[in-house]
This record gives sequence, structure tokens and C-alpha cells, in this order.
Amino acid sequence: MPVEILMPALSPTMTEGKLFKWLKEEGESIEPGDAVAEIETDKATMEVEAVDSGILQKILVAEDTEGVPVNTPIAVLLLDGEDNGTSSENQGDKAPLVVDRQTSDLSISQSDESSPPQGQGRVDVYTQTVREALRDAMAEEMRADNSVFVMGEEVAEYEGAYKVTQGLLKEFGDKRVIDTPITEHGFAGLGVGAAFGNLKPVIEFMTFNFAMQAMDQIINSAAKTLYMSGGQMGCPIVFRGPNGAASRVAAQHSQNLTSWFAHCPGLKVIAPWSAADAKGLLKAAIRDPNPVVFLENEVLYGQSFEVPGDPEIIVPIGKANIVSSGTDVTIVAFSIMVGKALEAASQLADDGIDAEVIDLRTIRPLDEETIIKSVAKTNRIVVVEEGWPTCGIGSEMAALMMEKSFDCLDAPLIRVCGEDVPMPYAANLEMLALPQVADIVKAAKTVCYQG
Amino acid sequence: MARSSKSATKQRSSKSKQVKSAVRNNINDKLKDELLSYYRDMVLIRRFEEKAGQLYGMGLIGGFCHLYIGQEAVVVGMQAAIDSKSSVVTSYRDHGHMLACGMDPSGVMAELTGRVGGYSKGKGGSMHMFSREKNFFGGHGIVAAQVPIGTGLAFGHKYRDEEAVCLTYLGDGAINQGQVYESFNMAALWQLPCIYIIENNQYGMGTAVSRAAAGRELADRGAAYGIPGDKVDGMDVLEVKKAGERAVEHAISGKGPYILEMTTYRYRGHSMSDPAKYRTKDEVNKMRQERDPIDNVKEKLLLTGLEEKSLKDIDASIRQIVSEAVEFAQTSPEPDPQELYTDVLVNN
Repeated sequence: MPVEILMPALSPTMTEGKLFKWLKEEGESIEPGDAVAEIETDKATMEVEAVDSGILQKILVAEDTEGVPVNTPIAVLLLDGEDNGTSSENQGDKAPLVVDRQTSDLSISQSDESSPPQGQGRVDVYTQTVREALRDAMAEEMRADNSVFVMGEEVAEYEGAYKVTQGLLKEFGDKRVIDTPITEHGFAGLGVGAAFGNLKPVIEFMTFNFAMQAMDQIINSAAKTLYMSGGQMGCPIVFRGPNGAASRVAAQHSQNLTSWFAHCPGLKVIAPWSAADAKGLLKAAIRDPNPVVFLENEVLYGQSFEVPGDPEIIVPIGKANIVSSGTDVTIVAFSIMVGKALEAASQLADDGIDAEVIDLRTIRPLDEETIIKSVAKTNRIVVVEEGWPTCGIGSEMAALMMEKSFDCLDAPLIRVCGEDVPMPYAANLEMLALPQVADIVKAAKTVCYQG
Repeated sequence: MARSSKSATKQRSSKSKQVKSAVRNNINDKLKDELLSYYRDMVLIRRFEEKAGQLYGMGLIGGFCHLYIGQEAVVVGMQAAIDSKSSVVTSYRDHGHMLACGMDPSGVMAELTGRVGGYSKGKGGSMHMFSREKNFFGGHGIVAAQVPIGTGLAFGHKYRDEEAVCLTYLGDGAINQGQVYESFNMAALWQLPCIYIIENNQYGMGTAVSRAAAGRELADRGAAYGIPGDKVDGMDVLEVKKAGERAVEHAISGKGPYILEMTTYRYRGHSMSDPAKYRTKDEVNKMRQERDPIDNVKEKLLLTGLEEKSLKDIDASIRQIVSEAVEFAQTSPEPDPQELYTDVLVNN
């Protein structure tokens, strides 16, 4: 009986991937352990190897196909001794491929293709993943300013635990792209000292979960010294890395710490959603003379967006973006929740509710004006955040509405937040702990009195 | 005086002896000038700190105030071992370091009183003062936080190929913090020109070193990282300077970090509010009488034939500087209420 080869899940956050390249042709025989295809995941390009021996009867998904969902049949394998006449339509066993090893060099060449051509005319817009956009932001700023350097765990030779610093070591060398020991408190503080000494460090935390080890240096040293020195000691540093819920990694590695940082004066806090904003805001953050906490999202790294090619385009810090305009209800979100809010808006449209979706982009300083203006028009507001409700960004928004938009509101604000529990491991519980599109739709209908 | 005239009688006896003596006198003069400069710097710190203690008692200085009295030789000796390109960073017991870096005593005192003429416009206080001009990077209030910061300043020196080191001071209390070892590891790994000066004044707040620090000498705390460490008599400014020069030479020549453990003693409590009941009065008095760093230099100076009056003249000029600082610190106005909102972020 022929076996269907399925698109494998190669990382905790992978829901779909790109079938990058077939390494075997139809009719070719395959032995267990043979690499049969290269699949680009949200983190890297991986070679996958066969488990069974047989003949690759039919390729179902052509190479260079993007967005292939996990568990989609991608090929049919005719097992040894089987009749060659069996077609792929016949019922067959399903066999996912097995991960072999990472081939990150392939993914570099792949991502280079999507980068704008160097040294020639500017490309107006091109499609890029958030991961690539962040890398290009760093590379462009490093080209422009020798005092910019990147430091963190696995940023250089490994090219980033999430492949965000891919290619930087090759271009800039080990003086400016520096692998640190696992020592967050230490290298965060070292970065602060280097920034006091007029360098511009970009400090990568492998994830912001580990930045909690470095909290003292971020808050007490980086954020406060300008004030405590009467304006003498600026700290032009960027702390960046993925923040927020990942997938199936449980409570210590899956949490959204945005409001921890947003609470503290002296910091700027950015949490972009799209690749264009990720790039434009990271460039702005590196150029900013202040300490900036730049909160990325692991699940978004592999998502593609259109990005302007001009390296001079930066996105100003402190400006929200109306990603979808509407008149009936304002949905405020940031980072990964913007995507969910847009999905919700699309469902709401089917029910005749015209939602306006605001991507905060910068959490501190908050663009109050854009929110207030929107609510003045819609008179209703739902705030979506992945993090916990208590003292969260939604709470802050509720205070803002009370203080500045009270007379505009036709309904009480509703927060859609992560549940007030540590992140569970079980798939069903994890889903329940995080805000879903349906929760946003329900909240929006409630404030529109259509619940 | 007697010693000097005796030597003069001997000089007349032969020409060769005269030449030798001239050389010796020359060395003597050089040493004398050097000692005089240390004396001046140390007396300035002591008088300044005594005055700060008084102003604290009068309620003119608030919050925490950690005095450096007794430890003057450490910072004065180390400062003599570096040039102006190098950077300095320390903890909250920082007044002495600022004065030794050449910061204006009036600006420091006005910061203590929370006035606009202070180095941080009154917004930092005793523990948080800085001077970019003098390459003094604070003044840090969290025990050991300055250690990674100093390591980062050294990283910057190396990044820019500067012939400079960072003097990173820490106390015997800070030496048990984890970030110190994170810093040692990176400094040794990347051979950063950082000199870690452990000012071992015997007590981390009220806890004696022997009750807080396991293992061998604090100078050996970098051994696992291959960082050389010396234990130095921190009450003897010449010993400090000698050790400092050795460490600076090591760091500037690209061999990486160096640790100097300075054995020293603070005469006052941990801060102004510390009654210091964890040690006896006798212990303190014995240190003051037998090991005082200023008396030590004073004796050496008198041995060079210097007249005591010269020292008295220096004392008087220092008292003048300190009273001017006190005057300024009391007359400089409090910061404008608008200052509450400035300097939170660099405007760009």
C-alpha cells in the first residue's frame, strides 16, 4: 500500500511551512535516512529524511510552495515490493517525515533573495518575513554606524536561536556580532556600560523570559541613569528578543511581559506586528538615544508582509497605526494580537459591525491621541492583549478612557486578555489561556449591544 | 630638621658623595611632590566627608550617605596610576572617587544637599553622580551593578582601540553577587581592559567578611577565570599606586582584566544611620591610630624634611575649599519644580 508523506511540524510554533526544494525526483528510489526534501520552517530550513524505503511515486506539492499546512500530504511513496500501478488517490497510510538536521546556510541564500538588491536603485516594496525584516534593520544600521554592535546568546556563529541574526557575523565579523556566555544579568549590564561609553549595543535576549534575570540592569541602570545624572548619562541601547506566548513550552517560557517594561519611566517599549513595522521601528530604536525594549514575537517571525525597500524609511516610535478603519467599534491590539483583531474585524463585518483596528506598535510612550480620536468616532472600545489582565495594557487603556474619553463612551470598555493563570502545557488548556478571535468578536458584539 | 642638617654636613665631605646625594635629593624631591599631592587629595576627601557627616546631622543631607573616611588611600593611589583617558565607576560609597577624579567639591556637595548646582541637578543624590568630562561613570546604588557596567566601559575602550582601562571599584559585600562572576567570565574571555578593585573594608554593612565570604582571599576570586589578583595594603597609598601601575600595565598591554584586593577600613558606619555595633570602639581606634593612611603619608613627608607648617598650609587651603563647597551647597537653590519632568528621556 502506498504511503502518503505528510508535511512535518518541525518546531513548536510551526503551523505551516514552505516546501523549499525536493532532493529526490519522482521514480527515484529512497532508503531510510535519505534526505528527500528541504522545508523552511519558521526558524530555519531543515532537511527531512525518509523513514521507509521505496520509490517516490508522486510529488503532490511542488517545490517553492509556501504556506503548506502541517500534515498536508506532500508526496506518495510506493513501498518496496508494491505494484507500481497504484495511484495516489488510493487510500494509503500517512507517514510524516523525520527531521534530519538544520541547513541554515540554505536559508541564508533563500533570505538573501528576498532582500533588496544592494547598491542599486531602491526597490519600492517587497515581501519579507518579520525575521528577515529584523535582520535587515540591524544590518542596515550596522552598515551606517560603526558604534552599533549586536550581542547575545547564539547570535553570531549559530546565527540566532530564532535565526534573526542570520548572516550578520559573516558581514560584520566577531568584533561587532558577539556570542555571549549564558549570562543575561552580566551581558545586559555590560551593554549598559558600553552604551554609557557612547557605543550603541543591540542586546538580544534569546527570549524575554530570560530578561527577568537582567531586570535590575534594564530598570535600575539603563532606564534611570539619565534622570539620576541630571541629563548627562544617556543610554542608547536596544534590548530585543521574542516576548509573549510561544507554543507548548509552558509557564516559564511562554508569557507576555509587556506591562512589566511599560510600567517604567526612562524606557521606550515597542511591540510590532508587521514586518514593515518590525524593520522600521527596530531601525528607529537603534537610532534612538534612549534605552528601548523591543518586544518581538516568536510566532510572528515566520509571517510575511510587504516591506518598503528604502533603507532610509523608519517608523516613528510612539505612533499607533490604524490597520483597518471602521466606525462602530475600536479594537486596540499590539503584536500578535493585531492579526487576531483583524480576523475578528473581518468576522464582525459579516455581521454588519464595522470595526476599526488600531495597532499600538509602541506601548511606551503610548499614542493616546489616536485611540482617543478613534473612540470619539466609534464610541466603543475593546482592548486585546495576550498578557495577564491585572495591571496590564488593557487596564491602562481603561484608565485612559475614564480620564479622557468618558463622555464619548456608549458602553464600558472590555478587555480581552490572557487568562490570569501561568501558561499550561496541555494543548487544550493553552488554547483556553490565550485570547482567541472568537473572544474578540464576542467582546466587540457586547460593546455594540449585539451580544 | 635635625636629620636634614646632618645630611648637609656629610655632603661637604667629598664630591662624589655630593653627586650621589644630589641624585638622592632629586628622587627625594620627586617623591616629596608626589606624596604632597596624595596628602592633599586624601585630606580633601577626609575633610569633605567629615563635613558631609555634619551636614547630614543638621538635616541638610537626606537619605543614605555613605562616607569614605579611612579608605582614602585606595582611590587616591589608583587614580595616580591612570591617565585621563581611562574611566572610573564605583558603588554608592562614591564621594571620594568623585573628588579623586577631579570633580568639583562644590558640585558634589550641592548634589548631597539636593540643589540645582549639584552634578545631577539634585536628582541623583549621594549615590548617583556622574561626570562625562572626568570620565566618572557613577555612583551606582545597587550593590555590584557597577561591575558589569565597568566591564562594558572596558569593552568600549577595547572596541575603539583606546589605550585606556576602566577602574571598576566594588566592596567586599558586592564580591558575593552573581553578576560579578558573570563579568569576570566575560572580561577574561574577551580580555577586556578592566581592573576590578575590591575595597575590602572588612564589613559588608554589618556583616564581617569572614561571615559572608567563603574560601580563600578575595583577591583569588578571579582564579577560576585565570584573572590575576593581588592583595594590597590599601592603607598605604604608595603600595596602592604600585599595584595599580602593575594592573594598568597588564590590562593596557592586552592581557585582560586584573583584580586588586585592597585591605582597608572605614572609620564610620556603613551609612550615617548605622550605629556600627558589630565592631568594638577599640578596633576602630586601633586602626585610626596605627594604620591611618593620611598619618602614614604625613610621617613619610616629614621624613623627607618637609616642615610641618607646609602641611598645615595645605590643611588650611583644603578647609577653605570645603567651606566654599558647603556655602555653595546651602545657597544653590533647590531644583525648579519643572525639573521633575526633565531628563526622563533624551529628546530626539
